Order: sequence, then C-alpha cells, then structure tokens
Amino acid sequence: MRPTDRKYLKSHEWCLIEGDVATLGITDHAINLLSDLIYLELPDVGAKVKAGEPYGEIESVKSVSDIYSPVTGEVIATNDELVENVMSLAEDAFDRGWMIKVRVEETSPDLLDAKAYEELVQAEGE
Amino acid sequence: MRETALKSRHSDLGARLVDFAGWQMPVQYTGILEEAAHVRRYAGLFDLGHMGRVRVRGPQAEAFLQRLQTNDAAKIPAGAIRYALILDADGLTQDDILIYRHPVADEFFLVINAGNTARDLAIMHDTAKGFDVTLLDQTDELGMFAIQGPASQAITQQLTDFDLSSLRYYNWAVTHIAGVAVELSRTGYTGEDGFEVYAPQARTAELWDAFLEAGADHQLRATGLGARDTLRLEAGMPLYGHEIDETTNPLEAGLEFGVKFTHDFTGRTALEQIRQAGGPARRLVGLTTESRRVPRQGYPVSIDGRDVGAILSGAISPTLGRNIATTYLPTELAVSGTPVEFRIRQASEPATVHDLPFYKRPR
Repeated sequence: MRPTDRKYLKSHEWCLIEGDVATLGITDHAINLLSDLIYLELPDVGAKVKAGEPYGEIESVKSVSDIYSPVTGEVIATNDELVENVMSLAEDAFDRGWMIKVRVEETSPDLLDAKAYEELVQAEGE
Repeated sequence: MRETALKSRHSDLGARLVDFAGWQMPVQYTGILEEAAHVRRYAGLFDLGHMGRVRVRGPQAEAFLQRLQTNDAAKIPAGAIRYALILDADGLTQDDILIYRHPVADEFFLVINAGNTARDLAIMHDTAKGFDVTLLDQTDELGMFAIQGPASQAITQQLTDFDLSSLRYYNWAVTHIAGVAVELSRTGYTGEDGFEVYAPQARTAELWDAFLEAGADHQLRATGLGARDTLRLEAGMPLYGHEIDETTNPLEAGLEFGVKFTHDFTGRTALEQIRQAGGPARRLVGLTTESRRVPRQGYPVSIDGRDVGAILSGAISPTLGRNIATTYLPTELAVSGTPVEFRIRQASEPATVHDLPFYKRPR
C-alpha cells in the first residue's frame, strides 16, 4: 500500500496537502512504467499551475511524459536537486522525490485516496 | 495478440511485454541502457519469434526472387545470406529482408519484418503468379531467437559439435544445437558478432533455456527489443517504419549495397532514373547531440531556423555516451560536421551531422 496521507491522480501523480501547501510528485508505479529516467523539467517558483493540466515533463529512455497537477495555485518551491539527479526518483518517489510545492487555491475534483489508487494500479497489472 | 514460443520465459524473467506489430514482445527485462551496454561487453539473447519467415521452393525460385527483390539471387552462393529490399514500381521501399540460399537444397529462405509480413506475402503471391514457385509461410511453425555479443561463439560452441569458427559472417548452416535440429546463421541486428537460430516452435523454449544455462559463465542475459533498437541504431542499421518506409528509396537511404542492377527487379527503372538525374536529392545521415534531451521520431530538424526534415529514430547511446538520431537531409547538407537543431516542444537543441554508423565493433 502506498502512503495514505496523500491523494492521487489516475495519471499517477500524488499530492500531500498540509494546510494551504501541497507537495507534488509522481508515484513509484509511474516511475516503474517510465524506467531509465533522464530528464525532468519543472516550472519556476512563482509560476501558476492548474489542476488537471501539465506543470512539468519527465523524459525516459523511451518517452517524454507530461506531469499533471492535482491542484491549482502558485509554485512556492521546486526540488532542484531532483532536476540535477532525476535518476534518484527511482529510489524514493514519495519523500525525497517531491517535485514542487504549491500554495493551493483549488484541488482537482478527480483526486483518489490511497485505496482507490491501489485498485487502479492493480487493475493495470502492477 | 500473438505470442511467441518464449512468452512464458519472458514473464518468468519479469520482462515488460509490449505490443509489437501485433505480437506480445519483451521490450526490456531490467533496463534498456544497461541491457544494450551488456550486449556490447558480453552477450544477450533476443526473442525474434515475431519476424516473418518464408521458405521459397520450386524450379523457378531463383527467377521469382530476381523479380521480387533488389539483390542478385543468382550470385548468392550456397549457404550464404544477402540483404535486399522489396520495392514498388516507383522504387519505394516496401520492406527490407534477408535472403538465405540453402546450403544443400535448391531453395531459399526469407526473413522479413513482422510489421510487413502480411503485405510482403501479398506481394510475393502476386509476383509468384508468373513463376513455378511455392511459398511456405513458416512464421508459426518455426521459433527464432538471436545470441549477440562478443561471447556469442564461445557460448554457442558449448552446445554443438559444429565448428562455428568455420561459419563466416552472413553464412548459415543446418545443424544441431543442444540436440535440436536448427538452422543457424551468423547474422544479427546489433553490430556485434552473433547468431540467429531457427528451430521448430515446440523445441524453441528448451533451446532458449540451454543457451541461458551454457551462457551463465559468460554473463549471457535475456535482452529486450528496446536494447536491440538502441544497438541497431548505434550500428547504423535501418529500421522499417523509421529510416525506410513506403516514402523512401534505397539510394537515399544508403542501401546501394543491397541493390544490384544486374536483373529485372520491380522498381529498377525508377532507381535508374534517380541515378541518371544525378542521384538522390536527400540522404540519410546520423546526428549526435550533447543535449540531455533525446531526439525522437517526428521532432522537426532545422538548419539556421529553416526546417529541413524530421527525426526518424533517436536514442541514448550507452556506447557513445551521447544521444544519437537519424534524419534525411538535402544532399548538399548531408555532410559530417554540419550543425543542425532539433525541436522538442518549445525547446531547440543543437546537434551535429555524423556519418553512419555511429559504432563499428573492433575486429
């Protein structure tokens, strides 16, 4: 079971909401699907992200994928260490693998809890 | 979805299976880059059960092949293999194939691309109408896999009495490996030494197991089609649907070595016209880039801000330590060292024209 303290999107992003700040990342399942990560692009601090829309992109050996935001708001921090060493995502998707922090104005209506996300991953044949 | 004789082996090894031309094939077992590097250093075993395999028999088998494809079938010695193309009347590429002339019997064996098998068979049956020839599609009855990498001969020799040092590159033999009757060719699609093995479907899995067991001391590993794609691109080998397709001719693709103007093949007149007009207007080239971004199929390629083409294949090259790609460029610009850019979404990344191949194995 993946962390139950946070919410998920079916496109395999997670968000941990504490007060009005959301920490965003992608799940270990997404990373496993991508494999061999080589490049990560994140928005700048101060940029606006919108729930359900891409805020960054992640490139692996075989593909480039958008990273979707579970929330709407302003970016207040980015994990620059992760951008420099995107391979390290494979080791820890849920803690050191955070991507951006957002001052939340609104959350996506499509958020899943850990249980619902688990079922989705199972159905996809993890 | 079609499955090869080795499907259960891939699942047991934890491979990621993907749809490849209607077949469920292993794209990777552990990771594409790691697997590709491993083949250059040791050896890899590749399931190729998806490739089309057709036996050509009959008194006019050779005459039929002379019409069907670009190489000179009459000049292929017994037991030798040649690269060739199937063209349409306009000289455009319908497939690239290998032609095997049997070491003993008066017959041929063709290996064709999985994604083109149905169309190839239709072209073959249509072409065969004027000839006394029999076509036998053996894709389902034969299994096929490859061992590639510097340790290939040492590993395979443990499994057969046949002296592999006598089997030269692009030659084949009918022999036994691990007690199984096989056809064995010294061919491959990685730029390394190696063999491709054809065996009865029902015995392919046990043969695969025998290779993995014999190869354990030589670090032999099952390797996916993802790594195979990286390896073939490094070695400058074209892939149908990327460097070559129904819009390209073999002259611009640098495949003249597979075209012999000694016989009356479909598409010959069109190619002769291109030659008489001074040669192709564009040429296939390699690109290398210092960018971390990978040039991928379809990305626009430009010179001084002017679009000149698109990326055909691209990969991270573990062997070169850089990202590599292919594209067509106008002949006058298709010169090693020419600076170009490729566009990935909003970003423009620099790259440099590089002669193909990117990699040639030391001999």
